[in-house]
Amino acid sequence: MTPRPIVIVGASLAGMRAAKAMRAAGEEGPIVVVGDEAHLPYTRPPLSKGLLEGSETPESTDLGGADLDVEWRLGERVDQVDSIGHEVVLADGERVPYRRLLVATGSRPRHWPGPGADLEGLVTLRTLDDALALRERFDQGPRVAAIGAGFIGCEVAATARALGLDVTVIDIADRPMTAFGPDIGAWVASLHRSHGVDLRLGTGVSAVEGDGRVEAIVLDDGSRVETDVAVVALGAVPETGLLEGSGLALGPGLRCDATLTSVSDPDVLAAGDVASWPHPLADGDQLRVEHWANAVEGGRVAGRNMLLEPEKRRPHDALPSMWSDQYGLRIQVAGLPSGSDSSHVLEVEPDGDRRVVACSRSGRVSAAIAVAAPRRLGWYRQHVERGSSLHEVRAALEEQDEAIGPPAQAVSA
Amino acid sequence: MKVLVDMNLCQSHGECAVVAPEVFELGDDDVLRWEEDVGEELREKVEEAVERCPMMAIRIED
Ligand SMILES: Cc1cc2nc3c(=O)[nH]c(=O)nc-3n(C[C@H](O)[C@H](O)[C@H](O)COP(=O)(O)OP(=O)(O)OC[C@H]3O[C@@H](n4cnc5c(N)ncnc54)[C@H](O)[C@@H]3O)c2cc1C
Ligand code: SF4
Repeated sequence: MTPRPIVIVGASLAGMRAAKAMRAAGEEGPIVVVGDEAHLPYTRPPLSKGLLEGSETPESTDLGGADLDVEWRLGERVDQVDSIGHEVVLADGERVPYRRLLVATGSRPRHWPGPGADLEGLVTLRTLDDALALRERFDQGPRVAAIGAGFIGCEVAATARALGLDVTVIDIADRPMTAFGPDIGAWVASLHRSHGVDLRLGTGVSAVEGDGRVEAIVLDDGSRVETDVAVVALGAVPETGLLEGSGLALGPGLRCDATLTSVSDPDVLAAGDVASWPHPLADGDQLRVEHWANAVEGGRVAGRNMLLEPEKRRPHDALPSMWSDQYGLRIQVAGLPSGSDSSHVLEVEPDGDRRVVACSRSGRVSAAIAVAAPRRLGWYRQHVERGSSLHEVRAALEEQDEAIGPPAQAVSA
Repeated sequence: MKVLVDMNLCQSHGECAVVAPEVFELGDDDVLRWEEDVGEELREKVEEAVERCPMMAIRIED
């Protein structure tokens, strides 16, 4: 009898990194990767940046899956997981047995829940196909609106402006990118405004209107934003539909322990956007992290752990990091800004964009956010890793001759 | 082994310098500098840097 394979659901970043880690660790048995997109794994960040702008191609987003020794089952969807029988059930009813299962199904965008949801021109952005279709729309020179000023809404807006399109961004919050705190939010707002974006903050959307296709977005304050394309950027939800009825604990995402092992079943692990685990930087709160580096690190950790007995598995404890590119400026984050209780501008370039903001949680620096300052971020990252207090960071900063901006300003801010 | 970075792709994310500081460093101009000839003992770290680079800019040649 052939051995039961290891099965990975989700042929993207986390699944691919896990498969790679298993092969690197010497696993020689069969690995089956089931993914419902038609493509081999590709990297998503360019979908709202270079690929949408036209400076990158689908080929340049390829993650090199063709070189990996696994069985790719692309264009196929897992509908159900039978954790007792150790099988996944595909959409056509085929049952694929597994020895161990990795859930790497990522997340999907939240759709516009109100009136007008079916209108042509109201779109979300998650997949390569979404990005290519949006790119085609952009070629027609439309007016563009983003519903939601999170990082996807902001990046799409920046790319659309770079293409010379008229752009409106709407959010119910009083600032964009709320997860990064008020200082970065205020700076991002002024950045977009200075690039000609019509930013409508503090007002929700009550309806999307049009006759078959999007014509206007009606805001809670009664005003109307005329547009041809509306990009719904209201965040993402973990893709856990296949796990309903499986008996595996959910919420948020697939509920795992520190080693990315399902709390309900040691033969099921998870990685990437879909996994939640007790996070060391958040006092053990059960969190999901929806960023690229988390899928890479978590994929690797889960991949190795898949091959080990539960008591030998290692925790997923890499410091989170993420980035966003807007108007040629890179915002980089090390640590976990969400859940912090205050933020502090520690460095800022006079009359410029470069800056560093530290977030603190119960007195410890839990994250640093740097704009156009990757080397400076490295310095802060060490403090976040060490668990330095805000006071210690401020004191150390006084000795830093590389700090951005005048030192007096840097320490007093 | 030889470590190659395509500087047309590198965008100074600095992820490589986090996982393999022995090999990679961002200069004070934020431009990447790295060692080209690297001992075998650092292979695992450099491989991790390859995986962590969002631009897929790093390559190892044996
Ligand atoms: C437009 C965009 C821009 C981004 N930019 C950045 C950025 O600048 N910086 C950053 O840090 N992060 C960024 N991210 C986030 C990053 O891309 C994600 O965190 C990462 O892709 C997560 O990887 P994953 O493998 O967990 O999930 P995903 O990449 O979402 O992959 C999951 C895969 O599983 C498939 N799947 C789902 N359910 C099933 C099923 N039942 N059966 C079979 N297959 C299934 C999905 O179709 C998908 O292909 C961006 C994301 C998007 C969408
Ligand atoms: S991680 Fe990649 S992009 Fe970033 S500095 Fe290193 S080589 Fe350059």
